Amino acid sequence: MTLQRYGAVLALAAAGALLLSACGSNPNAGASGGSSSAGSPAVDCSGKKNLNAEGSSAQKNAMDVFIQAYQQKCPGSNVAYNPTGSGAGVKQFTAGLVDFGGSDSALNSTNGETTAAAARCQNNPAWNLPMVFGPIALAYNLNGVSNLTLNGEIAAKIFSGQLTMWNDPAIAALNGGVALPAEPIAVVFRSDDSGTTDNFQKYLTAASKGAWTKGAGKKFTGGVGSGAQGSAGVAQAVSSTEGAIAYVELSFAQDNKLGIAKLDSGSGGVALTGDSVGKAIDGAKISGQGNDLVLDLTATYANPPAGSYPLILATYELVCSKGYDAATATAVKAFLTVAATDGQANLPAAGYAKLPATFQQKLLTAIAAIS
Amino acid sequence: MTERTAPRSAAVVPEAGVALAEPGPPVGEISGRTFVQRGDRIFHGLATGSGAFVVALIGAIGVFLLIQAIPPLLVDHANFLTSREFEAGDPTNLRFGILDLLLVTVEVSVFALLLAMPVGLGIALFLTQYAPRRVARPFGYLVDLLAAVPSIIFGLWGLFVLAPVLQPLAGWLQYHLGSVFLFSPGNVHIDGATLFTAGIVLAVMILPIITAISREVFQRTPRAHIEAALALGATKWEVVRTTVLPFGRSGYISASMLGLGRALGETIALTVILAATPQIFTGSLFDGGATFASKIALAFAELNNNLSAGAFIAAGLVLFVLTFVVNATARAVIARSGAHP
Repeated sequence: MTLQRYGAVLALAAAGALLLSACGSNPNAGASGGSSSAGSPAVDCSGKKNLNAEGSSAQKNAMDVFIQAYQQKCPGSNVAYNPTGSGAGVKQFTAGLVDFGGSDSALNSTNGETTAAAARCQNNPAWNLPMVFGPIALAYNLNGVSNLTLNGEIAAKIFSGQLTMWNDPAIAALNGGVALPAEPIAVVFRSDDSGTTDNFQKYLTAASKGAWTKGAGKKFTGGVGSGAQGSAGVAQAVSSTEGAIAYVELSFAQDNKLGIAKLDSGSGGVALTGDSVGKAIDGAKISGQGNDLVLDLTATYANPPAGSYPLILATYELVCSKGYDAATATAVKAFLTVAATDGQANLPAAGYAKLPATFQQKLLTAIAAIS
Repeated sequence: MTERTAPRSAAVVPEAGVALAEPGPPVGEISGRTFVQRGDRIFHGLATGSGAFVVALIGAIGVFLLIQAIPPLLVDHANFLTSREFEAGDPTNLRFGILDLLLVTVEVSVFALLLAMPVGLGIALFLTQYAPRRVARPFGYLVDLLAAVPSIIFGLWGLFVLAPVLQPLAGWLQYHLGSVFLFSPGNVHIDGATLFTAGIVLAVMILPIITAISREVFQRTPRAHIEAALALGATKWEVVRTTVLPFGRSGYISASMLGLGRALGETIALTVILAATPQIFTGSLFDGGATFASKIALAFAELNNNLSAGAFIAAGLVLFVLTFVVNATARAVIARSGAHP
């Protein structure tokens, strides 16, 4: 009798698990087109068959795309990417437990991360390679408004509660010809700590001309609104709440068919497109030395190139410049090369921006220099 | 069941003795006794070991929580017990207090318990006293199956399915009873992402625990008591009231306390449902907020230093103590109610 009972429970659990796995959507399915591989360099598949990597969850879907491309290029090879968060990525990489890490912020030299990473790489410097760029959308749900333009200053005032009505003259001034309803603004933020929040708040700090005084960090500090868990939760909350606005990765805004605001960085509203994001990436200043491609996104946020959409999140792959054993080095190089070339085609469908050609070249140079 | 197991276990001993005694009566008696003594010693050791293991385990968890919690508590710039803010991101400027977490945790769990207790009692009584045997068994499995649903499923169901359905009721309560603090309009504006929804989902989640244990206890009401009541002309309800309920009361209470423990510690369902809010908790069921467990879950993925992690572990320590207090209280209640049956 007890056996039967457990059997029934097990059967249900198994059925449930099957159902769930069947529901897991494949973000890459059906996506195609686009050509990015500018003179694809040769890929040496003879390295270690299984790589381990861990870190930022922001690049999880991009990693899935890359791994798929890698397996096509190098049948039998695999990368296990564990999206446990940037902090864990840095920790596991510096501890030598994974072959490369993923992090939404570059290794920090002031708290010893750089030194620890160098020690892990047999006293060779570790490099930060910004491989994945995710545009952050200002997603809104406003009845009858399909075209909204904001700028850093207005966004800062909205997300800190200084502007509370959609028909506020300050917003209307940016949106000539758009009938803004007299509705309260409902701010939605990420309730879990995330790199998206951190980058958004850095953007507000840099681009708001002093209107954002709340600082940055992985926790939302605006002091208004309601929080929802995860990007999916945020997008869902916006779609179910009239008058809501949130910052969320592009793919989630698209999936929920939310309005996406244009950003006016001084010369008119710029829509979030692959092109406008590419311009922002191209214009990003590199503050690292040589092949250590640490980006100074703050400069991009404050003074974006003309026609660019500057609100982007960069995720770095943390790799050793030297100090891998030969098999690992070959595999890491092969994977990153595929990611920077063949892997780019399916990125937009997963909600990320493709690498612009010049930036791609810089990355490929750095990847080729790993030994 | 008690009567049934007692004779069975009593029967085992002579049987074993007989079996051992069979090969050779005089020698067997001695060897049988030494065997029993050795088996006795081994079993005694195993049982004591298991008991000691669980105590050691709980003690180790407590010590771990304490060791991890003390360093951040020493540099906490806010009052740990009375502050409503929880800023643990910057290890050089920790400002964390657990007041709001405590209030939200307790309110949502007690709300869930109040909903689940009467329903659980009703189901248990129905299954043991009213339902025909043929119905009772499959029905009991169904209730048990509720416990097999993963809590993330409960959370998603609560947010996406239940919350919209509850919206009219929530609106009605706020409109008519808004002057009572429990039903005043809340501090979040995501529809349904409130303690109200969360509490109802939690109630469903703890229902199988309360029901399963209460059912087992009610089933053990001595047949003689029930028959005596029937012989005195009691109706079905009077039988339940005079025999089943007094007999099963302490079991029912401890079942409810187990359920409460589950509710206090429930993590993922609440993480998914509850909206975070920068405003303080007003006590309304239509507020958002975070419980101890959901707060930890929200920050867990990006914790990157021991002090920040320690701040959350300190919150976890309070939950640990809270659960301990709840269980101790339940024991006291049971002990007292057991004294006056």
